[in-house]
Amino acid sequence: MTQTIILTVAILTVLGLLLALILFWVARKFKVEEDPRIDEVEKVMPGANCGGCGFAGCRAFADAAVKATNLDNQYCPVGGDEVMQKVASILGFTVAKKAPQVAVVRCNGTCANRPRVNEYDGVQSCRVKAALYSGDTGCSYGCLGCGDCVAACQFGALSMDPVTGLPVVDEEKCTACGACTKACPKHIIELRAKGPRGMREYVSCVNKDKGPVAKKACAAACIGCGLCAKTCQHGAITVTDNVAYIDFTKCKLCRECEAVCPTGAIHGVNFPKELDKDAVKKRIADRKAKAAAAAKAAAEAAKAAAEPVQPAAAAEKPVEKKEVANG
Amino acid sequence: MGKLTFSMGGVHPHDSKYARGCAIEELPLPQTVYVSMAQHLGAPAKPVVAVGDTVKVGQVLAEPGGFISAFIHSPASGTVKSIAPRKDLAGNPVMHIEIAVEGDEWDPAIDRSADLVTAIPEDRTAILDRIKACGVVGLGGATFPAHVKLNPAPGKVAECLIINGAECEPFLTSDYRIMIERPKEIVIGAAIMQKVLGGCKCVIGIEENKPEAIASMGAAVAELAYPGITVQTLKKRYPQGGEKQLIDAVMKRQVKSGGLPIDVGAVVQNVATSLAVYEAVQKNKPLITNVLTITGDKMPVEKQHNYLFRIGVPLSFVVEQAGGVPDFAAKMISGGPMMGKAISNLDAATVKGSSSVLYLSEAMTRREPETNCIRCGKCADACPMGLEPFLLNRLYKTADLEALEKNAAQDCIECGCCLYSCPAHIPLLDNIRQAKGQVMGVIRARAAAARAAAEAAKK
Repeated sequence: MTQTIILTVAILTVLGLLLALILFWVARKFKVEEDPRIDEVEKVMPGANCGGCGFAGCRAFADAAVKATNLDNQYCPVGGDEVMQKVASILGFTVAKKAPQVAVVRCNGTCANRPRVNEYDGVQSCRVKAALYSGDTGCSYGCLGCGDCVAACQFGALSMDPVTGLPVVDEEKCTACGACTKACPKHIIELRAKGPRGMREYVSCVNKDKGPVAKKACAAACIGCGLCAKTCQHGAITVTDNVAYIDFTKCKLCRECEAVCPTGAIHGVNFPKELDKDAVKKRIADRKAKAAAAAKAAAEAAKAAAEPVQPAAAAEKPVEKKEVANG
Repeated sequence: MGKLTFSMGGVHPHDSKYARGCAIEELPLPQTVYVSMAQHLGAPAKPVVAVGDTVKVGQVLAEPGGFISAFIHSPASGTVKSIAPRKDLAGNPVMHIEIAVEGDEWDPAIDRSADLVTAIPEDRTAILDRIKACGVVGLGGATFPAHVKLNPAPGKVAECLIINGAECEPFLTSDYRIMIERPKEIVIGAAIMQKVLGGCKCVIGIEENKPEAIASMGAAVAELAYPGITVQTLKKRYPQGGEKQLIDAVMKRQVKSGGLPIDVGAVVQNVATSLAVYEAVQKNKPLITNVLTITGDKMPVEKQHNYLFRIGVPLSFVVEQAGGVPDFAAKMISGGPMMGKAISNLDAATVKGSSSVLYLSEAMTRREPETNCIRCGKCADACPMGLEPFLLNRLYKTADLEALEKNAAQDCIECGCCLYSCPAHIPLLDNIRQAKGQVMGVIRARAAAARAAAEAAKK
């Protein structure tokens, strides 16, 4: 009996050693040389494997980063600048800082603003719904409310508000990976700069219909009137296809557009104080009056200067200048 | 020959053709018509009229916007009020020409008499040109431009022209009514298409639940005595009217994955298309009218209608003329209950392919809650294309495009048999339709890349 046990242990030990040797030899012989920096980079990555960078996961990102000659085309939105600096220091590259971004839902078609005209009892999927028709309301562009974006978010940053029927972004959790922007068949969700202390200004509507049609479908629609673009001092607002868009790289957060918007389609978020529309409107009016007065004065001065020499040309000039000032 | 049918899958919904006894009535003209620029498969048409122009009935409003596209003609006389995007049936903006109707003045070139013209023109190209110029598209549902289909690519020979009188969708009776009321025109239209295709044989396929239509078409074929035209009775089974199913039923040939009917020597056209071809070639009348059925599951027969309507009349006008939306209606569908689209915008205009306004009651339309797949395989038994819907559904959920293509999601004809037969009420069709779209996108992208590579190699 004892002998059997000893024999078994001995055989298994010898066998184990033998196999270990073979494994050791195979591991040496067929070793794949890999840049050790890939592991290092992967270690500093967030490890979410969300694909927000455009690669299959964090390791794929690290692999590409190590092979790349610079990091211009690579950015980890989840880790942000912090991670990118670490990656750059490992690889000896330099990266420019990028402003942190956040997902913004550009639709304010709540149940109250946008009355339902159809009832949908099909599959609760925006993609399926979008393939069937334009939506339950008169608006062909707005949120369909089935929550494909919520399902796409790996970070739990999106949820459907049962009262408004619209998705809500949790700014703390949002990593700006962009999965929701791809999941939305209506392309409502956009990644925008988070802004200083989270303050930002955006047009919460993507309706390309003409004003009356858009307004009929939704009380909070952008009607493309262009008042905001005219008011904006920084050239940040453009109106194309009957819908305004605020360029967040140019916006100075003066909130004048928000004050003049007749439908309330422009939203300002995370501002410390509530917007005093009348005060802002007064400010704009004062500025306009001042500009008009200045233009008038300039015109008169020009008139006085020009009169003795060229009376015909001087008669035209003030009219021109006035137009510029008013426009 | 006995009764034929296709070899695989299919379901047997109740045919519900309640409006079969309603003779075709002509719908009056409303104050305004809206003519869509995208009422055919392929590129949208390009308007050739301007705002303020006066147009006559039958005048060209728009010309084809590509190879697969069609002419569009004015359904009414009056003034062009606007050319602007307007919401279609599904609520998506599409370019429409708005015409304020004034009187009913027809283009004098159109022969409006009821005389039957039986002599078929000799020149094949002239016939094709007429069909193209009159904007004839397939009226069986897909609205594929007829002149393209009737002009097979070089090297492909049509052996059999199949005239589709199956009308397998429940409720619809427009094809049935024209087969009863205008059989001779349909037969002449078929003979014209036969001529265009080089004198192949022609089979008119009609399902057995329409014996009057079979008798009427048979009599017309016998009386006109064109060579090689026969009427074939088909078993009642959905989707018999599907192009590939009909070819299978009549010719016992199967179109392979990614192939076209002409690959097996078949050309399929609907009876309504045949009628449109007759009117285009023999009467010079463009496709500006079609027949649609107004019906419903709880509708008294006297309120149901088969209307000859001008293409472009708003649906709301059609509904109003038929006495408004009935109380029981929970859902309105344009087309049949199996493949039709729900009408989400009643202001939408009718298009060339409009075949019905169907009112369904709550009980008929309500979806049961989805439960788990029990692997019964009913969907696979029902699929007329031999696909495995349960598998495609699962692959769609994991977004495995490669496997979806391997399992031929792109061959789905969206007939809805899988959804109809599923005891677990799984929205198979909804998901497979998505999958099909994605796979088609991949296939198209690959083809485009291959073309680009070939171009580059040439240079």
